[in-house]
Amino acid sequence: MRIGPQYGITRRGLLEAGLAGALGAKAATPEKSRVVIARDPGLGAGRSPDSGRVLKLLDRAMQSFYGLDSPLDAWKKLARPGEVVGLKVNCLSGRGASTNPVLVEAICERLRQIGIPAKDIVIWDRLDSDLESAGYRVSSRKDRIRAIGNDTAGYGNELAVYGSAGSLVANTLVRTCDAVINLPVLKDHGIVGVTLALKNLFGAIHNPNKYHINAGDPYVADVNMFPAIRQKVRLTICDALTAQYEGGPSYMPQWSWPYNGLMVGRDPVALDYTGWQILERKRAEKGMKPLRELRREPLYISTAADARHRLGTNDPNRIDVVEV
Amino acid sequence: MKRRGFLQAVALPCAAACAASSDARFTIEARFYEKLPYKKIKCKLCPRECVIDDRERGYCGVRENRGGTYYSLVYARVCAAHPDPIEKKPLFHFLPGSMAFSVATAGCNVNCKFCQNWDISQVRPEQVASNFLPPKDLAALTRQYQCLSIAYTYSEPVVFCEYVLDAAAAGREAGLKSVVISGGHIQQEPLKKLCGRVDAIKIDLKAFSEKYYKEVVNGELKPVLNALATIRKLGTWTEVVYLVVPTLNDSDEEFRGLARWILSELGRDVPLHFSRFHPEYLLKDLPPTPLPTLERAKAICDAEGLDYVYIGNVAPGHPAENTRCPKCRRVVVERAGFTIRALALDGGKCRFCQHAIPGIWGRI
Repeated sequence: MRIGPQYGITRRGLLEAGLAGALGAKAATPEKSRVVIARDPGLGAGRSPDSGRVLKLLDRAMQSFYGLDSPLDAWKKLARPGEVVGLKVNCLSGRGASTNPVLVEAICERLRQIGIPAKDIVIWDRLDSDLESAGYRVSSRKDRIRAIGNDTAGYGNELAVYGSAGSLVANTLVRTCDAVINLPVLKDHGIVGVTLALKNLFGAIHNPNKYHINAGDPYVADVNMFPAIRQKVRLTICDALTAQYEGGPSYMPQWSWPYNGLMVGRDPVALDYTGWQILERKRAEKGMKPLRELRREPLYISTAADARHRLGTNDPNRIDVVEV
Repeated sequence: MKRRGFLQAVALPCAAACAASSDARFTIEARFYEKLPYKKIKCKLCPRECVIDDRERGYCGVRENRGGTYYSLVYARVCAAHPDPIEKKPLFHFLPGSMAFSVATAGCNVNCKFCQNWDISQVRPEQVASNFLPPKDLAALTRQYQCLSIAYTYSEPVVFCEYVLDAAAAGREAGLKSVVISGGHIQQEPLKKLCGRVDAIKIDLKAFSEKYYKEVVNGELKPVLNALATIRKLGTWTEVVYLVVPTLNDSDEEFRGLARWILSELGRDVPLHFSRFHPEYLLKDLPPTPLPTLERAKAICDAEGLDYVYIGNVAPGHPAENTRCPKCRRVVVERAGFTIRALALDGGKCRFCQHAIPGIWGRI
């Protein structure tokens, strides 16, 4: 069977149709959260993977996620011309464990091909110096792709408040961007357990230092409830080309390994839960204690899924992990 | 002037003061920390003992690990400066009627939901306009404004401890006193260093329950109580302020417990100020503290045997702003807000009965 929109059948549609048939007239089952993991074992380790292979890997992940055969059609689901698209990278760890510029370059290429001009693409993180150290050339010129830290772009004046968190939110998110693609790295975090989709948005607030206590719970979830984050972050593409299972967020080569993958999801909780399990499996394989025993189990993931937050699901039965 | 309307940036009439264009001059190696493997450090300044990775900052946001060495980013990085009446701190038994040149840097090691100054205390130093004001220049500016003391206040002086230590020394050389206005969330070693350099420490005791400290302050009560006991033991003048927040820390039991602890651990003659809360920052859903609540708190602590219990942040002229001699009950310092209306002290003694009133007294 050929699956694709041109045949009037998508993988999601097939799944839903099958489920509907199976359940008959019963109440509709909540849709599962899809997390696509695309891997290319031949990609090779290191910070300079082949850009062509990374682009193909990205295409495979995006097509699978959206259930489309054409990569550009997939990207068109995400943004349209006239919108300013922000790419929230994670650059705290220099070149070792930050969002790989090769991946970002591939994303920019696809965005431009669907009609988003370079001037409407903004790569951003907390600090200009972090961007530079991760390999991005800082520029605020509006005739090209911008790369700018919050320290230059500033923060809004209005305090965003939810639950235990209160923060000023980055101007780049609040004012500049219409849509944001969240680009975390698959890695361990020495205080909050793991840093993936949810935690990466700490880079959007002025006071992340205040919210690492209690392993980030409930702060990570609370921050992700801020309206600008909820409304503008459309997708997470997690850089799992090189992953790190211990010693993060700093780059620790002895605890890194070439996962050669990308994780794509719209549900940040499902993506975080899936990524966390990958890191736990690697820790177990290496004979390391689970994060719970180290008192840094990322409980904020389940908090993000609770009735007060409803940012997604951490129930493995409701997560559809698709490996391609 | 509103507390939030501090003199900032260009307003400092100091030759050395100029816009903060570079971080380097504000950056010095921190004095209280421990190096750990893998370029990590453990901060030993406050009870949190943040363990911090390379290129990361501690909870306060003003100290950064750079390659395994820990730095303060707020040395002489003054984001607020203003001559204030000492009564505003409040310190009621310390040079009454004098002015204190008051300075702050960005940062705080707790995150009180009611913070009145969150726009400087809960931000990073690079997120607020600052001036470079090294210790000797601060002392000169203090004298220029005819202030008798330097007050380290508004945010949390513990997080700019290195600056306080050096500025207090420079101030002392210039004949100035130094006072610290703090939440008292500090480890013993840096606290002892501070006590050796400054003349008074006012502690904001936010509540008398760990629950409140955890939920409202994001801190711990016990280290603050330990700090108070140490300050008292070392003989540094101290006064305690308790911000009364409706429904959260205003029970009779809590007031009574506080009074009994002060009585047994600090002594009856430590001034205690009950201050009125105003909704601000993350705690806007509660009303200002009703005056009768403050009066109830004072009545309970009076009854428990404390000698100097005050009410603050209320309309000027409330009788509980005055200092009464505990022996003859006459008013020895009459206040209206930050103004001293009358002083009946001679050499620190009640003019009427010669009873010694504790404090650091001087001429108005």
